[in-house]
Formats: sequence, C-alpha cells, structure tokens
Amino acid sequence: MARNAPSASTPARSKAIARRQFLFDTARMACGVGMLGLGLGLYARQSKALPAQALRPPGALPEDDFLGACIRCGLCVRDCPFDTLSLATPEVPVTTGTPFFTARKIPCEMCDDIPCVKACPTGALDHGLTDINDARMGLAALIDHETCLNFLGLRCDVCYRVCPVIDKAITLEVLPNTRTGRHSMFLPTVHSDHCTGCGKCEQACILEEAAIKVYPVALAKGALGRHYRVGWEEQKKAGGSLIDEESMVELPDRLPEGMTLPGHYDPGSGATAAPGAVPAESQLPGAAAAPIPNAPPGMGGPAVPSAPPGMPGTVAGPVPSHPPGLGGGQ
Amino acid sequence: MSAAANTRVGSDAVAAKGWLRAHKWLLLRRATQFAILGLFLLGPLAGVWIVKGNLAYSYTLDILPLTDPYVALQSAMTGHLPETLGIVGVVIVAVFYFLVGGRAYCSWVCPVNVVTDTAGWLRRRLGIKGSAHLARETRYWVLAMTLIGSAVTGVVLWELINPVSMLHRGLIFGMGFAWAIVLAVFLFDLFIMSRGWCGRLCPVGAFYSLLGRFSPLRVSTPQRAACNDCMDCFEVCPEPQVIRPALKGAAGGAGPVILAAACTNCGRCIDVCAKDVFRFGARFDNAPPVGEADGDPAVAPGKF
Repeated sequence: MARNAPSASTPARSKAIARRQFLFDTARMACGVGMLGLGLGLYARQSKALPAQALRPPGALPEDDFLGACIRCGLCVRDCPFDTLSLATPEVPVTTGTPFFTARKIPCEMCDDIPCVKACPTGALDHGLTDINDARMGLAALIDHETCLNFLGLRCDVCYRVCPVIDKAITLEVLPNTRTGRHSMFLPTVHSDHCTGCGKCEQACILEEAAIKVYPVALAKGALGRHYRVGWEEQKKAGGSLIDEESMVELPDRLPEGMTLPGHYDPGSGATAAPGAVPAESQLPGAAAAPIPNAPPGMGGPAVPSAPPGMPGTVAGPVPSHPPGLGGGQ
Repeated sequence: MSAAANTRVGSDAVAAKGWLRAHKWLLLRRATQFAILGLFLLGPLAGVWIVKGNLAYSYTLDILPLTDPYVALQSAMTGHLPETLGIVGVVIVAVFYFLVGGRAYCSWVCPVNVVTDTAGWLRRRLGIKGSAHLARETRYWVLAMTLIGSAVTGVVLWELINPVSMLHRGLIFGMGFAWAIVLAVFLFDLFIMSRGWCGRLCPVGAFYSLLGRFSPLRVSTPQRAACNDCMDCFEVCPEPQVIRPALKGAAGGAGPVILAAACTNCGRCIDVCAKDVFRFGARFDNAPPVGEADGDPAVAPGKF
C-alpha cells in the first residue's frame, strides 16, 4: 500500500514491509469485522428467544428455522384480512421485521384459505399447511385456576363458546362443586390434539387479565415419559384386562385421618361405614347431598356425576375419566 | 451571483448548463426513489394495492415478484430456499441490476441513500473536514461476515440491524424505533465518517457491487480531454476513487469507462461537470481514443 517506508533500501526489503503491512491490515479488518460479527451473532442468539405471548402466523416453522427462512417482507401481514399480524419494530422484543400477533389484542380468525401462508414467498410459513385446523400457532392453557370464573363455580364459558374448534379444542369438564356441595363446576379444558393456538379464547376471556392464555406449544405442553403406558388405554386396545384380575390384592382405601365416607364399602377392610355413624364435622362438604365417588375423578374412579341432560359439552358422550390427550398408546 | 457562491460544488455546471441540466440525474434519481417508495406506500396509505411487501420481497399487481437477492442469499446460507415466486423474484432482480449496474440499487432505489446523500451534502455545506478512517473494502468483509454469520447462527443475520430494510419497512409497515437507527446512520456520516455508511460499511451495497461487477451500463468519460480539473466530480461523488482511473487514465492507456464496481451509476458527476465530460455509456465502448494523451501518466489502468 501507500505506506511503504521510504527507508526501504532494497526491493526485497520493501516487499517484506509491504507484506507485513498487508498482513496487519488484513488482521485488523478481520478482527474488527469479527467483533462486529460476534456481537451480531450474540444478538441473533438473543433474538431467538421469542416472548411467550408473541405468536407466529399459522404454519410458521419452529422459531429456529423461522428466523432463517423469513425474509421480513410482510406479505403475510398484507394478506391477513383481519389485521391480526404485524411486523416487529426494533423496540419490540420480537426479532425485528418478523410477523407476529398478540392473541389478547387481535387473535387469528383461522381463515379457511389461509391467505397469510399462501402469500409467504419463502416457506417460513409452511405451504404444506392447507387445513387451518392443523395449524399449531401455540397451545391455550387455562393457566389461572384461582380467577377463572368457571373454576369459581360460575358459568362464564366464554372461552369455550368462542373457540372455533368448540367441543374439541376446549371442552367443559364437569366436576362437583365441593364448596357448595350441591352444584357442578364446568371446567374449560384444552385439548392439544385440536387446539390451533388461534387465541380467540385468550382474547375473549372476560377477566381483566386473561386466565386462559396461548403459549408456545413447548411451554404449554407436558410430556409423558416415553416408556409410559396409560393402563386404561392399553386395556381398551387389548380389549380386556392385561393382568390377572383374580390375583389382584385390594388395599384399604386411604382417606384423610378421621374421615369416613357414609355407606362406602371398603374392599380392603371388608367394612361398610354406617350411614349415620359419622360425626358431621368430618364429613366431606356436601357429602350428604350427593353420593361420593370412592376416588377422585381422573384417578380411576367411576365417572363423575354427569351434567344434566342438554348441558353443552356433555352431549357428546360420557365425561372422560382422565384428561383427554393422554395418549397411552404410542 | 457572489464569488463565494461560485466556489460551491457544481456552480460552474449551473452557470454553463443551467440549473435544471446541472441537476438532471439527481432529480431523476430522487424522482425514482420517491416514486418507488410512493408505490409501496400507496397500498397502506390510500388502499391502492399496486405493490405489496417491501424491498426484501414485493409482489406487484399480483404478477411480478421481486426478491432482494442479498436477503435471499443470507436465508439460503441458513439452509432455507425461497418458494417458486421468491426464486423467480431473485432471478428478475439479479438480472435487472446486472444490466443497469449493481449499485444502481444504492443510488436509484435505496431509501438510505437519501439519508446519507443529505448527510454528505450537509457535511460539504457545513465544511466539516475531519473524518475517521476506514478502508472502503470493509464492506466486503462485513458482507462475508453476514453470510458466514447467517450460516452459523441460522438467522438472516444482517436483517437484524439492516438500516436499509428498517427504514423502508418502517415507512411502509410502521416505523417504531427504527428512526433512531436511521438517525444514527445520518449522524455517523455527518460527523464521524464522510460517506461512512454507504461507502465503507454497508454490505448491501457491497453485494450489489459484486452483482454489477461486469454490468454493461456504466458511466463513461468520452470527453475527458476537456476536463479542466475543477474537481467538482470528485467532490460530489460518493465513491470518488472510481473516477480517476477513467478520467485521468488516458496516458496510461486506460479506456474512458468507469469500470469500478463501487460506482453507483448515480450520474451526479454528469450533472456537475461544466464541460460535459461524463455520460452514461456501454462498458464495451472502452477503447482509448487514438491520439488522446493529456491524461495523468501516474495513473495506471486497473488500479483501484
């Protein structure tokens, strides 16, 4: 370069100096740009942490792939008829320029023709998604049992009502209301087999802060151990018991200390509690009003008291005794 | 006109050719930049959807896809190829800019060009002289870094901070905080480094430079013998190093065409030259005229 030292006496020496200079210049450039690259790379890593409440459009690839495939053109935003989607601006904690929506503000309306996916020029939104019911933008979770009105024993049901996949993605599971002892609780229950994560339930939740929220599937969904088999499912598949029922040993029921269930036969002890022999204070609340199952629903006990005929959510059949979606068979 | 005004860059050209002819290419360029931006804005502002999308990818009249090849290349480095329309868009854009000069994108389309040109103009008007030094090749290093970085991180890396897409997308889809990044580029060019962003750092420009490395449409200096060394072209050019080999290369046997890929084909040199030395021409039209030998013998062809 132009910085050849004038003192270079021989051509060989000046060549050596030029080579040194070239190496220094190259090293400086590589280090400077390398540092910029390091910073950008770390930023890129951070940018993969999508906030739990920011949902991607239907058909979006997993976040890792999405950030490589999406070119931030906004065509999905443009073709969304409900203005659900927006492109992230730099101050939003979503990777700049990428499309997202916030369920509580504007949920996905689940268009039949999925225009956002069709508009995508890169496959960041998977063009293989042709049935919007197969979309998995997230998974709704009734996250707060303390404030959900249905958990308080009321009949809000709004999330259930607005669900586009009603009775499949959200069902109302009926449990006895042990607080009043004479009512039922209709608990909105999300089923991951059918929930698309559209966010209508979260948007519609009447609470000041929604009790039901849509989260990325990875956050909202548990997973059974892979070796796990759910007995009753296996039983159903096999068409009968898988064990020798004859040699089953009945164990005594384990009830909280001092508690008896009037009229209940305990196969373990062979005794039946006398209906009138129980001190009132040790009875379960509401025990006199209704027969008590010998085990909590969901733990292998008999079906919980079914809802009165005509109740929504119960017409499809008997209430399952375990949370649906627990696929025992693999 | 006062004497002071006459020393201003381009004033000779204005005196010789009139204001309009001395700003012809600048006006055409600004008109193009704003017309393109206007087309993009017509949808969101007026509901007339001629063009959807932004500079990364757009879809015009539901028939013409245009994809930014640099963004698509970064995406490809992460292992994701576009859909058919996206690929067609890449081909169209790549062929177009190959023909008209790769960095015609920079000077005729890119919205940041208006920002940095304004910074450059203000720098001249305010007489800001000092400038941090950074080699012009830095942008090629940044370009390589973004491509390798995309492959390593799996993220379209430069789009995380690209002021070009942030500004363009911001204008069309909502600016948010992107104005701060654009302002930073403006202030950087104005106070820290003359022609710093477009001329030294921006990998988008570097990419388009390479794309137009052998573009047929180039600025040429057919009348270089008439050059009166007023230096206005060097003053106004965002990449002044590209001018010299052609303008002053006659003695070294260099042809009159500006071959350097960094030239943005902005045509500003054509505007400000009172002697009409420059004009747009073909790359192949590069034979040194016989008997032309008044150039600078120190400048050998191929340098820069």
